[in-house]
Formats: sequence, structure tokens, C-alpha cells
Amino acid sequence: MDLTEQHQVDTSRSRWVGVLLGVGVMAAVDEIIFHQLLAWHHFYDQSTPAIGLLTDGLLHAAELVAIVAGFFMLSDLHYRRALAANWAWAGFFLGLGGFQLFDGIVDHKVLRLHQVRYGVEDILPYDIAWNLAGVILLAIGAWLTWRARSAQHHTAN
Amino acid sequence: MTGQHMDMGSASMASYLVPWLLVAVLLGAYVFAVLQQQRAGKQWSRWRTASFILGCSLLVIAMAPGLAQYAHHDLRGHMVQHLLVGMLAPLGLVLAAPVTLALRTLPVSAARSITALLKSRPVHWLGHPVPALLLNIGGMYLLYLTPLYTLTLTNPFLHHLVHAHFLLAGCLFVWAIAGPDFNPNRAGKYTRLAVLFVSMAAHAYLSKFMYAYVWPRNTPHDVAQIQEAAQLMYYGGDFAELLLVIAFFASWYQRRNPHAFKLQPV
Repeated sequence: MDLTEQHQVDTSRSRWVGVLLGVGVMAAVDEIIFHQLLAWHHFYDQSTPAIGLLTDGLLHAAELVAIVAGFFMLSDLHYRRALAANWAWAGFFLGLGGFQLFDGIVDHKVLRLHQVRYGVEDILPYDIAWNLAGVILLAIGAWLTWRARSAQHHTAN
Repeated sequence: MTGQHMDMGSASMASYLVPWLLVAVLLGAYVFAVLQQQRAGKQWSRWRTASFILGCSLLVIAMAPGLAQYAHHDLRGHMVQHLLVGMLAPLGLVLAAPVTLALRTLPVSAARSITALLKSRPVHWLGHPVPALLLNIGGMYLLYLTPLYTLTLTNPFLHHLVHAHFLLAGCLFVWAIAGPDFNPNRAGKYTRLAVLFVSMAAHAYLSKFMYAYVWPRNTPHDVAQIQEAAQLMYYGGDFAELLLVIAFFASWYQRRNPHAFKLQPV
């Protein structure tokens, strides 16, 4: 194997692995903390139709596969010395925030699959907190991407 | 109802001993083959041996009289048995690569007939993940969403048949997705991953469906018991499938980086 090729850092793959892990981890956090520990939306949500059960099952399967796949792909990049850690971190935060915001806007509001919480008088503060958390995580991801890109320009010049 | 259970109790010794004996023979053969490998100076991974012993132990636990009796009148017990026999034990047995070990240990003529069997049309067809998925998950949907489950409560033959099916279909599925043994019809990695994904979602869906709409119907079990059994099925099935996903990606990693870590020390 060509030595120079072996040590080529793969920024694009590093970032996508980060995104995959971020999406998987945030989906798992949502499911473990909000579905199972707080039970804000539940194991079986009485207000969702049978199709809701199916989508929940699909989400759950996808989240587990994403975390395991991401972990092994990260190990693979690391072993090949192709891991750009700063790009992976940037992707990770983009994945976290992207999932959170997608869930908060598309799933909760557009499709109305489930809400953050039931039985409260005013859901607005919950929605704001949920989506604001997503925006902050996305902003961190964008800032890390900007840093990774300028670091790359530095080494290139 | 109690009379029925008494009958099961008196007929039980034989029905526990026969499966235990089968497992003992299986384990004995595996360990004997490993010892022969060592005597011949060839290496065999300790992880694989441990995996086979674990798989056999899970089967023995699943068939222990206490659990079997509990399972006979309680759906939660049935579900624990189902998880052990159909999902966890197959992982241990198949990841132990028993066919590879047999091919290495047996005389050439016997090894040839095993390979011929693996290449035969039915096995070739079953080695693909889609039929394995249909047999595995399809069997589960049939058992819990048709009167089949209620029938197994009173028919011991059907009861054993269902368990044998769970074990064989479970092994087939693990082998088709991530089995280390020779598989002439192994699908590409994306197909296998997609089938694994569908299997996980279908399993989660069935357990939630059972919880929400209280299936299986027309059983002596009350609603709370069925819902607890469905939760056991959900979390237990998740754990087993997570292990299978890890096995799948571990084999992907190992094939990409053959020198990174070794399941089989040279």
C-alpha cells in the first residue's frame, strides 16, 4: 500500500461520520430521556395512530444502527490515520442540532406526530426551549466547521 | 386449568431431559473439536469457544424446569424463554463458527459432504437474509397475532415445535446477517444492513402493537401481564438486535482492517 495514501486525512468522511453519530446520539437522548425516563411522550403514545408506532419503531432501529455504524466507521478512520478530529466534532454538533431542530419543527409542528409534553397549559416554552437547544447546537457545529476550514487553509498555505 | 398443568408437570422430566441431552451432545462435540485442534497445534479463538459455551448455557437456562413451568402459565416467562431461545442463544452459537470448526476437524470426506449440503439448493436459498427474515419475524407475527399462541398452551407438541422453530430461525437469521461461517448466498452488506434494519423495526412494532392492542387475544393472561410481556419483548429484543448490529459492523471492520484486531490469533 502507498504510504502517502495511507496517511491521507479524509475530512469529508470524518465530517459525515460525525453527523451520523450526532443524529444517532440525539435520537437516543430524545428516546431515553424524554420517552423512557421522563415519559413525556411514552413507550406507546395514546394520541398517535397505529402509523405512529411504526415510525417510532423505524426511528428507534435507525438510531441504534447509526450509533454502532458511526462508532465502527470512526474506529476505521482512526486506524487508517485518516480521521480529521476537528471535522468529526463539527459534524457531530451539526448532527445533534440538525436532528433536534428537525424533530422540533417537522415532527412536532408540521406533521404533529407527537408533542414535547402533554397535559401542560402552555406548550410554547417547551417548544422554544427544544428548538433553541437545536439552534445552539447547530451554531456550535457551524463555528467548529468554520474553525476546521480555516485551520485547513493555514496548513495548505 | 390446574389439572392441565399437573399433566404437564408429570410428563415434564422427559421433555426437559431430551433437549438438555441434545445441548450436552452439541457442546461436547464442539469442545472435543477444539481440543483436537489444539492437539494438532492449530489455533482456535477462545472467544469463539466462550461464545458457544454461552449460547449452550442460555439454552439450558431457557429449558430449566423452573423457567419452563413459569413460562407455561405466564406470558412474561414465555417471553424470557423466547428471547433466550430465539435471539440470544443463536447469537452465541452462530458467532462461535461451529461449521468452520467442523470443516477443520472432520475428515475430508465428511467435510466435503458438509460443503455440498451448504451449497445445496434449499440451504443456498435460505442463506439469503430475506427468507431468513420472513421465517424469523414472520413466525413471531404468526404466533402472537393468530390463535397459534393459545393452541401451544394446550398442545405440548406444538409448544416444542414453536421453540424449535424459534431456535432454528434465530440461528438462520444470525448466520445470514453476520455469521462467520461459510455462506454461499451471502447478500451484499447494504442488503444485509437493510434487512437487519427492517427486522429491528418490525420487532419493535410488533411488541408495541401487542402492548397497545393487547395481543395475543383469547389467552388466560390479564392485560397487565400481556403489557409487561410486550415491554420485555421490546427491550430484550432491542438488546439482542443491538448485539447483532455490533457483530455485523465488527465483521465489516475486521474485513477492512484485517490486522487491526484478531478474533483468531495466529
